[in-house]
Amino acid sequence: MSTATTAQQSPPAQKKSGRGTLYRGKEGMWSWVGHRITGVVIFLFLLVHVLDTALVRVSPEAYDAVIGTYKNWYMALGESGLVAAVIYHAFNGIRIVLVDFWKKGTKYHKHMLWAVMIAWVVVFGAFFVRHMMLVLGG
Amino acid sequence: MTTTFEPTSTTDDAGAVDSFTVTMQVRRYQPEFHEEGYWESWTVEMHGTDRVLDALHKIKWELDGSLTFRRSCAHGICGSDAMRINGVNRLACKVLLKDLDTSKPITVEAIKGLPVEKDMIVDMEPFFQSYREIMPFLIADESQEPTRERLQSAEAREAFDDTTKCILCAACTSSCPVFWTDGQYFGPAAIVNAHRFIFDDRDEGGDMRLEVLNDKEGVWRCRTTFNCTDACPRGIQVTKAIAEVKQAILARNI
Repeated sequence: MSTATTAQQSPPAQKKSGRGTLYRGKEGMWSWVGHRITGVVIFLFLLVHVLDTALVRVSPEAYDAVIGTYKNWYMALGESGLVAAVIYHAFNGIRIVLVDFWKKGTKYHKHMLWAVMIAWVVVFGAFFVRHMMLVLGG
Repeated sequence: MTTTFEPTSTTDDAGAVDSFTVTMQVRRYQPEFHEEGYWESWTVEMHGTDRVLDALHKIKWELDGSLTFRRSCAHGICGSDAMRINGVNRLACKVLLKDLDTSKPITVEAIKGLPVEKDMIVDMEPFFQSYREIMPFLIADESQEPTRERLQSAEAREAFDDTTKCILCAACTSSCPVFWTDGQYFGPAAIVNAHRFIFDDRDEGGDMRLEVLNDKEGVWRCRTTFNCTDACPRGIQVTKAIAEVKQAILARNI
């Protein structure tokens, strides 16, 4: 226990405003945050995708014009971001299913997250190189 | 061989424990004086054997008596002093100051997701409400009341051993991101205590409890963030227990 001698030595308390801190969750919490964000990103893409695909029913020329505007380097980067989100969401989704239904899933959830990240780097890396070659080369 | 007995002075022993200064940055809420919460910090001299709770005691007893927090046994059994220390839920009586980075201020806040009443004191009623709803007591056929104790094999006891350890401190439930945004969610602690009876072969209320937890706000709200498992001061594998209840609900419905 502490001794009762330092009350007079202590400097006066300092007050400041400001919000509470962020909860310092570990791998499990951040993988969940990533899953949420990629989920919303994919949903927003699907929304736009349904709209632009529906244009073909309005007029094929309008559809061609809209799709034509996608063929440049910044849209290619956007597409890469979308594929990055889909790959993470897919692999992490499998991990979540295993956490829930595989007997040892909760024990190995961190190992499985590392497996997800490695699979993500391999699949996305391969896609990104090929995609950029096609976009910049064509 | 000769042994010499040297009397050791007790003051030397006490001096052998390292002392150091530590800054405690505490999230305060004093509704009588300030509408908003604010941070207040004190620098205190503590010893290597002191816990976060000792630092809070020192502040309350010697520097500012208005600092408010719950604690009862102060030895990790009663579960009164769950709070957020350096951003994670811990029992203040189980965290040694020397295990934290004392070169930086140590932040102490109330647990999240329950209404704060004053400083570290939160309204625990929503938490206990969920606990009561899962019927945390033995449900057995009263017409066949045994004349001696209900025997149980060691293997059958093992099935729910982990979840008997819960002390209802709310560290798990208030670490859950789902609970923060959806206060209706039963939360990890209620599910852990349901698990304790669902997997007890002497109990006959398992179906009723699974029914309660097979709810929109039941086990399916769990997003397996593992914050609860990390926060539990008793080391209960909370997420594993929740997964077992999920599987039990599915097995029952099939």
